[in-house]
Amino acid sequence: MAALIDAPAIDARAIRRVYKARPNPVTALDGVDLTVAPGEFFGLLGPNGAGKTTLIKILTTLLLPSSGTARVFGFDLEQDTKRIRRIMNMVSGGEQSGYGILTVREQLWMFSQFYGLGMREGWSRVDELIDAIGLGEQRLQRVSSLSTGQRQKMNFARGLLNDPWILFLDEPTLGLDVSAARAVRELVVGWQAAVPGRTILLTTHYMAEADELCERIAIVDHGRILAIGTPAELKQRVQRESIFRLELDRLDDGPAALARLPGVVSATSASDGSAGREPGARQTVEVSLVLVEDAALGGVVGALSGLGARILALRKSEPSLEDVFVELVGRGFESDGGETPDTANGLAPVRLGTAHVDGEPPPEAIE
Amino acid sequence: MTRAFVGRPSVSPQEAAEWSRRRVLDNNLRSVVGRAYPRVRGLVREPSWVIFEILLPFLTTSSFVFVYRALKAPPEYVGFVVVGGAMTAFWLNVVWMMAAQLHWERDQGNLELYFAAPMDVMSVLFGMAVGGMVLSGTRATAVLLVASNLYGVHFSVDRWGLLLVVFVLTLAALYGLGMVLASLFLMWGREAWHVTQLLIEPVYFVSGLNFPLASLGRLGALALATIPLAAGLDAIRQLTFARGLGPPVLLPPEAEAAILAGMVVGFIALARFSLRTLERRARREGRLTVRWQ
Repeated sequence: MAALIDAPAIDARAIRRVYKARPNPVTALDGVDLTVAPGEFFGLLGPNGAGKTTLIKILTTLLLPSSGTARVFGFDLEQDTKRIRRIMNMVSGGEQSGYGILTVREQLWMFSQFYGLGMREGWSRVDELIDAIGLGEQRLQRVSSLSTGQRQKMNFARGLLNDPWILFLDEPTLGLDVSAARAVRELVVGWQAAVPGRTILLTTHYMAEADELCERIAIVDHGRILAIGTPAELKQRVQRESIFRLELDRLDDGPAALARLPGVVSATSASDGSAGREPGARQTVEVSLVLVEDAALGGVVGALSGLGARILALRKSEPSLEDVFVELVGRGFESDGGETPDTANGLAPVRLGTAHVDGEPPPEAIE
Repeated sequence: MTRAFVGRPSVSPQEAAEWSRRRVLDNNLRSVVGRAYPRVRGLVREPSWVIFEILLPFLTTSSFVFVYRALKAPPEYVGFVVVGGAMTAFWLNVVWMMAAQLHWERDQGNLELYFAAPMDVMSVLFGMAVGGMVLSGTRATAVLLVASNLYGVHFSVDRWGLLLVVFVLTLAALYGLGMVLASLFLMWGREAWHVTQLLIEPVYFVSGLNFPLASLGRLGALALATIPLAAGLDAIRQLTFARGLGPPVLLPPEAEAAILAGMVVGFIALARFSLRTLERRARREGRLTVRWQ
């Protein structure tokens, strides 16, 4: 037991999962190594079919890996299935679980009985959670009449009924409108803040969501983890230079004058600032500036003063996780590429598999 | 908010994962109640069941009553049909609801939540069975009361204790069979619906729902030994029409009760085995918790 107490929340080693399918087997996970610390908010970011859901199904004991081992809080996925199920829960996006004929309160109570709560304890816990997630007005409303956002809030409450030590969130905001998605994200953050030490594994293909919520992120594609780190670390891998965007009242000699300054990698015109402006309105010049480091900005500001240009606005550009993904994979989320990760740019994947793989199996997949 | 988010405080996940045997048993028993709950609530929440579950089957029963009357059959035959009509409720519930239930649960997304919950999935099946019994029991009682009064059926019961035992064993065996079918249908996937339809009429026929089972001769004897509805119905008819004509007898009700008891043990053991196998396959092959598979 002593060894278990220090165990990571998730410890997966060389997880490989192959689905039997026609005409060829589909490799959904291809040698995934993953360690998540207790209390961590960890994200799996990747496009549809990357293998995220397969990994969640394995970690939630619904699926066995074809090879490799995984432990949740030290409990082996194959040997200690029941123990893992007692301390975890899962919520999926677009989840339609339960029975439409029941009210919100009744549905949650039904699930509380599955999770080991006493009958009276179940009712009181359900009432507390309904209030906590802001579904008080819908308490006695039938599940079938809930909006998508309300339904997902209810699903989230279901996921908290057993007070899980690890919560798996599989695309929890999928299909929700902006405000509903925000409400769900706030609930997730609120729960983890209220109950320190609880671990969350989130899968998403919404980059901003992963960026906003996760302490660390693994970028997944084609069944492989390409990179793991904090959002800042991942972005740092993409961008070693500092990028600034300047809005100037004038720059008579053009950006080329800035490109010759020490510490400036490049200076390009972003726009002339006049597009869409009313006739007679003041014209401005926008310049995109790439510097070796932030400190080089001082020289640029001095030079601009000498050139008679006045800085109207100055903004530092941060790379997004999408930039990271594109750098790692060589394509965006939406494109159906399949190129191998670009290792020539120094962004070697954390672990590379050997096969060219696809993620979730196609609907026609059979045994 | 903090209080709401903390249900049963535990020091560590390792501590929270250790449950006593008592707690495991409690969890499983409560899961039976939990899964039966939607069925019981549905009883009062969807009044349309009165039409579909009582009125329509009552019409079917009535048609046979009129056939027997037209043929000037002994009045006990009307009673046989009424008892058969009442017991139909349970059989229909088993083939329509129980057998395909896990298949529907998977389509709804419930199945993977059941598998991922700490209780034994057998509890879910038991819960479905208990809920189904309540639902069908209401229907059966309604058909029995209305038809008996309307058609003047007179029951003559000498051994109430044995009748109760036979009835309970019949339900247990029927729903045990339902549990087995539920597991098998889940594996057969989309074919479940067709298999269900394939089962209904032959079972109606060989169980002697609308005539005494002995009329089928050896086929009736075979049905008695293998189909819970056949054994149960025959024993119940013998016990509810103890005096007067009574149905032609294949086996005494005590023997049929013993057969039913064997079926209960066999079906529940088989259901447990099927479900275990199913879960192993589900986890190994990834076929059964995913909706499209």
